Amino acid sequence: MTMNQVIIHRERCKGCQICIEVCPQKILSLEEKINSHGYHPAQMKDAKKCTGCAFCATMCPDAAIEVERG
Amino acid sequence: MKVAARPKCLTQQQFSYCPGCTHGIGTRLVAEALDELGVIENTVGVLAVGCSVMLYKFIDCDFIQAPHGRAPAVATGVKRALPQQTVFAYQGDGDLAAIGTAEIVHAAARGEKITIFFVNNAIYGMTGGQMAPTTVEGQVTTTTPTGRDPALAGYPIQMAEMLATLEGSAYIARVALNNPKNVRQAKRAVQRAFEVQQAGLGFSLVELISTCPTNWGAKPVEALSLIEEQMLPTYPLGEFKLPEGMKAVVR
Amino acid sequence: MREDKVVEKVLMKGNEALAEGALAAGCRYFFGYPITPQNELPAYLAKRLPENGGVFLQAESEIGAINMVFGAASTGERVMTSSSGPGISLKQEGISYIAGSEVPCVIVNIMRGGPGLGGIQPSQADYFQATRGGGHGDYRTLVLAPASVQELYDLTILAFDLADKYQNPSMVLGDGVLGQMMEPVLLKPAPKTELPEKTWAVRGKGSGEAKLITSLYLEPECLEVHNLKLSRKYESMAGEARWEEYLTEDAELILVAYGTMARVVKGAVRRARELGLKVGLVRPITLYPFPEEPLLKLGKQATAFLCVEMSMGQMVDDVKIAVAGRAPVFFYGRAGGIFPTTAKLVEEIEKAMAEAQEARK
Repeated sequence: MTMNQVIIHRERCKGCQICIEVCPQKILSLEEKINSHGYHPAQMKDAKKCTGCAFCATMCPDAAIEVERG
Repeated sequence: MKVAARPKCLTQQQFSYCPGCTHGIGTRLVAEALDELGVIENTVGVLAVGCSVMLYKFIDCDFIQAPHGRAPAVATGVKRALPQQTVFAYQGDGDLAAIGTAEIVHAAARGEKITIFFVNNAIYGMTGGQMAPTTVEGQVTTTTPTGRDPALAGYPIQMAEMLATLEGSAYIARVALNNPKNVRQAKRAVQRAFEVQQAGLGFSLVELISTCPTNWGAKPVEALSLIEEQMLPTYPLGEFKLPEGMKAVVR
Repeated sequence: MREDKVVEKVLMKGNEALAEGALAAGCRYFFGYPITPQNELPAYLAKRLPENGGVFLQAESEIGAINMVFGAASTGERVMTSSSGPGISLKQEGISYIAGSEVPCVIVNIMRGGPGLGGIQPSQADYFQATRGGGHGDYRTLVLAPASVQELYDLTILAFDLADKYQNPSMVLGDGVLGQMMEPVLLKPAPKTELPEKTWAVRGKGSGEAKLITSLYLEPECLEVHNLKLSRKYESMAGEARWEEYLTEDAELILVAYGTMARVVKGAVRRARELGLKVGLVRPITLYPFPEEPLLKLGKQATAFLCVEMSMGQMVDDVKIAVAGRAPVFFYGRAGGIFPTTAKLVEEIEKAMAEAQEARK
């Protein structure tokens, strides 16, 4: 079974948490680790629950998220 | 199948906007539209002065750096010399509604076939949070430390409504960047504004209600709610001027 | 079209001859705003530019106009604006940006009295504004000072060539008398000049790399490098200095004047010579770069210099710098648009020569 994929470019992410907030499935969270700029990037917690709605990519102020369906 | 991808005409450079600043969404929407219309090779952008001054680092097209407030006049000069090119400017509230009021009004009045993106976050970001002409009543800024008092500092200006009264304005819209539904409408408005230019119908402008987490003193997510609570009552969304026959997409 | 015809000699108003010079130089874009005493220039171009496939646009202000010039000039076109003192003051920020961005354009100032609203009579009180930058930052504008309607035509063509050659704004500095007077002009075709291709122009990137026209250099080292580059460019302009000498070979007193005032001074020089006084005139034609060479040379033979301006004394500073202390430099100036009579100037000449003699005792 093919899953929907959320690809977060972790070096572009500034950890603003907007994607985490808007995700209707609440399956995004912040990484424990930081990226090279000192931010905690967002990450996918539970890809199986992703509906591919792309709200995260729509709201990302850094164009750091890409979404693939199916 | 990719349903959301990074626009091709964005460079590899990381945006220099503050974390969570919706300038980033606005920039992305402009890039998406330029990609989808296939015009990036025939586009000249005019840079304003403010947080978006580095836009040339993010969008890969020709750019000219204009003095503060004068982007619509510089864009006029470019479009008159190169009528076939897509010409746009991307301005903040100080640039467009304070120092640049004459330039934007007259570019619209003349029906210049340019497209202006007006990022309204009711404050001056780059210079550290001073009052803007769009600062709402009661809003605290570094130059209105006790909140904007109309008796002292006047009332906010609604640029979209004002510009829509001009005959030369072909498409004037106000959208917001605070949630996915509004951002999707904003995307359509941005695209329409460019299409109006391409069709030679006249002046087009999209006012994008945005956040300034840093100077509003709010975290990015909290700032999005402040748009709904504190900005939209003064700045209602809609398409205030539409070409004949075009149905509204912004509600 | 006029361009194809045999060269005509026509009686023309200065402002209109200047406009014809711009057209002859291939200028096809004009952005301006009304102000006395140059209004004939935009009115003339409003008719002539569309006839030549060009664009005339009256802007909302002189600020709007200079920024429209910046935009159109950034695409590589030949573009012009014109105004008078108060409007040129408004344009200073834009001119600084244009110079800092290394974009060519021509700015015309038909001087009137100042400061502030001043008067509509001619003056030469914008010399500092024209030659000392006028706007902020380390930049210079090439400045040409015509003294006849023919020169308004010829020097405007030169202004476009020099602007393109140096990628810098250039200014044609006239005054209300020149702008309004009518004289015969030979409308010669512009001379063919070899100029580099404008590879810096922004016209849409096409299949190439995106270009940027900017004056912003936030890194300290980058800004210094940029300023050094501009500085060297201005030094290289020194070879463009132009001037006219009149009866200077054996002159004891050298008068220095430009534009309309130089014509009045010429009359006084002739009268003084009739009276047996050995006087001559140096007429700067470029004000930046200032013609230091003839003044330094004449400083060795002359007993004194007399700078005459329609101002309270602006070019006199450059005369003193050029003369470098070799001889005293006197000044005579008028304001309000009042030109001195020949008799008054001869009186000043005699006074200067007497004072110079006293000083040598």
